[in-house]
Amino acid sequence: MGFLSRFFKVGDSKKKAKERLQLVLIHDRADISAGMMEMLRKDIIEVISRYMEIDESQIELELEKENKSVALVANIPIVKVKRNYRNVKTSSNKGE
Amino acid sequence: MNARIIVVTSGKGGVGKTTVTANISVALAKEGYSVVAIDADIGLRNLDVVMGLENRIVYNLVDVVEGSCRLEQALVRDKRVDNLYLLPAAQTRTKDAVSPEQMVELCEALRDSYDFVLIDSPAGIEGGFKNAAVAADEALVVATPEVSSVRDADRIIGLLESEGKKSISLIVNRYRSSMVKKGNMLDVTDVSEILAVKLLGVVPEDEAVVVSTNKGEPLSMGYSSPAAKAFRDICHRILGKDIPLKYPDENEGKGFWEGIKSLFRL
Ligand SMILES: Nc1ncnc2c1ncn2[C@@H]1O[C@H](COP(=O)(O)OP(=O)(O)OP(=O)(O)O)[C@@H](O)[C@H]1O
Ligand SMILES: [Mg+2]
Repeated sequence: MGFLSRFFKVGDSKKKAKERLQLVLIHDRADISAGMMEMLRKDIIEVISRYMEIDESQIELELEKENKSVALVANIPIVKVKRNYRNVKTSSNKGE
Repeated sequence: MNARIIVVTSGKGGVGKTTVTANISVALAKEGYSVVAIDADIGLRNLDVVMGLENRIVYNLVDVVEGSCRLEQALVRDKRVDNLYLLPAAQTRTKDAVSPEQMVELCEALRDSYDFVLIDSPAGIEGGFKNAAVAADEALVVATPEVSSVRDADRIIGLLESEGKKSISLIVNRYRSSMVKKGNMLDVTDVSEILAVKLLGVVPEDEAVVVSTNKGEPLSMGYSSPAAKAFRDICHRILGKDIPLKYPDENEGKGFWEGIKSLFRL
């Protein structure tokens, strides 16, 4: 500990409080929007299914916190890739 | 007239909703506006004692919605400030004595005759909070700079947003700049950044709040203390004036040496 910091003892509980709050709120807010995760899951399945056959029952989709950041982590088992994926209709030409 | 209906709420209990409601109501009335302060904390009424009007109550909010009296009969007029009225809560009833529809009807009846209606919400996120918030166009969320209070405020803001409230702003109460300086309290920017709503004001920790509550005379009646100043600034910002934000010092009111002493209390 340096001379100055020993004299002006600066607490770090403020920093701790802020970090803890930021993390707990990500969790709280994600909880409120459980419905949003369900919609996201459906949309992901729809998009990926245009290109490959996936095992819907094995999909894992969740928010993970690591240190100070949060990531959307998806684990989607592929059964097989479609042969005619080049002909798939994307949402941009769906209306044709 | 077309009153602005404002709910004062927090989620967490004991952070200063009633103190804020009383002081802002008095401050707005002193600026010449007509104000009704409604105590929506049914069963645990307190706004009456904080405002010092507890001895003059005859009827209450539940009497009005049940039709036992007319709305004007239940309004307690404050004799110290012109155009300030209290609609007290019932003390011996429970929250479900009133429905959201009845609250809307009651507030709409006040809208034509007053400039401001301020509603003191109970703590929590259940029926009592919903009744307090349902009729409001605007919300003031009170939070202290502590993890649990900010977290609950975040939840309340989420609920208010999903109810479609167009104006939600934040009041940080019981701010202690000496602790912030020592790195032992969340500072105002931390709190407002995390909650991401407009910051309307910062009220310092102030012993004068307790003294004024003891007497039943809200600080805004004409005291000068750091918290009184903060309430006045908040009132002016509600009225649309551009008052720069200050981070008030809880030592401001004390003498010079006392301030120095508490600064160096290690
Ligand atoms: N800025 C302040 N400085 C010092 N004391 C304060 C301050 N604000 C509030 N208090 C004190 O904190 C206590 C709680 O305040 P208040 O009753 O206004 O909170 P509340 O949110 O309405 O509580 P409840 O959730 O029970 O309704 C009171 O004793 C009050 O005097
Ligand atoms: Mg209260």
